[in-house]
Amino acid sequence: MIAQPAPKPEILARRAEILAALSTLVPGDGVIGDPTRLKPYETDGLPAYRQVPLAVVLPRTTEQVAAVLRYCHVNGIRVVPRGAGTSLSGGALPLADSIVIGLMRMNRILDIDLDDRFAVVEAGVTNIGITKAVEGDGFFYAPDPSSQLACMIGGNVMMNSGGAHCLKYGVTANNLLGLKFVTIEGEVIDIGGAHLDAAGYDWLGLITGSEGQLGIVTEVTVRILRGPEGARAMLAAFKGTEIAGAAVDAIIGSGIIPVALEFMDKPCIHACEAFAHAGYPLDAEAMLIIEVEGSTAEQDDLLNRIKAICERFDPISLKVADSVEQSLAIWKGRKGAFGAVGRISPDYLCMDGTIPTSELPHVLKRIGEMSVQFDLKVANVFHAGDGNLHPLIMFDANDPDSFRRAEAFGAAILTLCVEVGGCLTGEHGVGVEKRDLMTVQFTARELDQQRALKSAFDPQWLLNTAKVFPLQGASVAMAAE
Amino acid sequence: MSATLAPPDEAGIAAAIVAAHAAREPLVIEGRGTKRGLLRPVQAARTLSLRKLSGITLYKPAELVLSARAGTPLPEIEAALAEHGQHLIAEPPDLRALLGGEEPATLGGIVAANLSGPRRIAWGAMRDHVLGVRFVNGAGEVLRSGGRVLKNVTGLDLCKLLAGSYGTLGVMTEVTIKVLPAPEATATLIIEVPDLDAGVRALSAGLGSPFGVSGAALLPGAPHRAALRLEDFAASVSYRMERLREDLARFGTARRVIEAEESRAFWRGVRDAVPLAAQPDHAVWRVSVRPSAGPAVAAAAQALGGRALLDWGGGLVWVAAPATVATHDALAAAAAVSGGTCTLFRAPDSLRLTVDVLPAEPAPLAAIGARVKAALDPAGILNPGRMRAGL
Repeated sequence: MIAQPAPKPEILARRAEILAALSTLVPGDGVIGDPTRLKPYETDGLPAYRQVPLAVVLPRTTEQVAAVLRYCHVNGIRVVPRGAGTSLSGGALPLADSIVIGLMRMNRILDIDLDDRFAVVEAGVTNIGITKAVEGDGFFYAPDPSSQLACMIGGNVMMNSGGAHCLKYGVTANNLLGLKFVTIEGEVIDIGGAHLDAAGYDWLGLITGSEGQLGIVTEVTVRILRGPEGARAMLAAFKGTEIAGAAVDAIIGSGIIPVALEFMDKPCIHACEAFAHAGYPLDAEAMLIIEVEGSTAEQDDLLNRIKAICERFDPISLKVADSVEQSLAIWKGRKGAFGAVGRISPDYLCMDGTIPTSELPHVLKRIGEMSVQFDLKVANVFHAGDGNLHPLIMFDANDPDSFRRAEAFGAAILTLCVEVGGCLTGEHGVGVEKRDLMTVQFTARELDQQRALKSAFDPQWLLNTAKVFPLQGASVAMAAE
Repeated sequence: MSATLAPPDEAGIAAAIVAAHAAREPLVIEGRGTKRGLLRPVQAARTLSLRKLSGITLYKPAELVLSARAGTPLPEIEAALAEHGQHLIAEPPDLRALLGGEEPATLGGIVAANLSGPRRIAWGAMRDHVLGVRFVNGAGEVLRSGGRVLKNVTGLDLCKLLAGSYGTLGVMTEVTIKVLPAPEATATLIIEVPDLDAGVRALSAGLGSPFGVSGAALLPGAPHRAALRLEDFAASVSYRMERLREDLARFGTARRVIEAEESRAFWRGVRDAVPLAAQPDHAVWRVSVRPSAGPAVAAAAQALGGRALLDWGGGLVWVAAPATVATHDALAAAAAVSGGTCTLFRAPDSLRLTVDVLPAEPAPLAAIGARVKAALDPAGILNPGRMRAGL
């Protein structure tokens, strides 16, 4: 388990006073102080870590967010921003002396402009909510994290969320135009807007993926795109992971960029098949799901090209969907992968490293060896086109030793990812989960440089403290203030 | 003319910056100096050039990744990509026609200026494709951000911050970018439109179609010509072009399609702002607005005796007009009406030093900007004043 900084006793002692002050800033039912009602906020999508916060504030306006941040700044109170609480890296884990600012009530769509192809939404609008608002006109918002039914765009911005369709459409950062950003001093700043290239330093790019370290985002201007005429998937199963990896290389090398290219290993295929009965081949060592877009004729053309490429790699089976229904059936298992693994093992850690795709066979082999070494099962599902791995490490939460081994296994996988030229996290963020692994990827000077940037926005280190940066250096940075 | 240092490697760059930092001596940072005419001139006794840090260091076509030293000439990178049927996604412009000079741009320079061409509307800006950088900060420390993989959210993204920072926050020594397969075929639909508003409506209809329009420009002249590009496999391009022609028939009857090399040459022109036909004594601005606001900016430019070329569906307005403070202020105001931004792109030094070449930031953001600059360049020696006076 990861260490957390000690709460400030002077803040804990002022709890009643702080709750009263917050209630004047966010009147009505905007402040939660009752321990029972605080309970749901003690964790997020990483339930191994729990901490009830000092209070939760649920603002409805940017002005209220600014007032709360100003109050926290003046009083030296730590702040944890929270969207839907779906973070898989513990990004919304509270501290005992922190206030959680929950943005779920800021869920209005403020503007949709199909001619200029943008939408302005509040931070608490769900990812799918943006697409739902424009799909009647044939448009969509491209990034599609697996939690898109629940996760909120504000959290997507903070984590620079990805999804299955990033290979073609990019991640959150590539689909944003502007933000309404509130600093710890309570200043409200408009970054960018409804146009493509803001002048000056790229604040939009720096804030995106900053995990709440720099400020809080209350509104987001996103690009919306016209959807393709249609999309269809195919399934290709192979006798070995290396062969499947070579097929991926050959597809990309042929000049085709599929809209999605997903990879599942044998344990994952079995788990998903038992769960979804999607007709996955149980004798395959590896399986690809490949999706293309366009008119029916264009889909046929691309799928035929891909099929011909796959046939060079001695496939066990190739199944090309000939309808939307068949496409959905192929996707059904993949979309339910996490739930499927959850049926085999009540508890699992979902890792999120990225590797150069050429390292895939080597990394999968090493993960297999580690599975034996740590005596824990693992299933691999990942976005093959961009090398973003999601090993699912199964453990038993009732057995502390099993959890310790799972964490060590996860750390070993991520360390391997960095060693082969990849990184610790492709789309879930560092949060609290990978905080202490940052020294694996970055030198002390590199971390110090990032800390100095945080200090430029948050000199007292009140924003989402004890995330992203290892505590040791962070406490140095905090003491320097 | 200042003395130029051109170290042969990253260690030499770092040593030069360590010395300048210790002496608090400002440096002009440049690759091959092709963009000296952009934004504001820097007053410094010494120039630090990246021209000797040249060469591709990693290219994995199957991984869609290329790394090169910052001083690598862009044509060298484009040639290496072409050998494998790939290309630079953001289609960065070749500004020799606009800014003069014979030298090609460098990878570091294009990233430092975050310059993107017509394809930006569909496939993102230059900075969207920067996967990793090695750079030297203003204290002479060699640091990395990002990496060489397509998906990476580990830590703060300094790659994006450095992209478009014109060498004021750090000196990039090596850049890793995402690349993509170059399309097999390309074709462009050109429609004569009665006016700019109709032209932008045509471009918006094309960009709002399911056909993957990857270039959407509006050329100056009478009549105005709206141009929409498709790039894909040959069968796709011919099918989509047929559908696009039908869909856009309502915007003008005089339509023609150009293909292959003719289409490619056309977009190279748009990319490099050739149709702007900027007179040598005119200043040039790049204005970024929501596409529907493009015609108003273009109208303002024409009222000032200038010309306008619209790219990015109308959202990028290249303006050539008399190099006066009044023109600059009028264009900046025209951009601000719709929340857009106006950048003075080419002008005599006197004008560049008189006006804000970039729109001023609100006070709280300017304060953060100053602190960020100090965090990366504590002595303020990297290209001081390049983007904003006093920064």
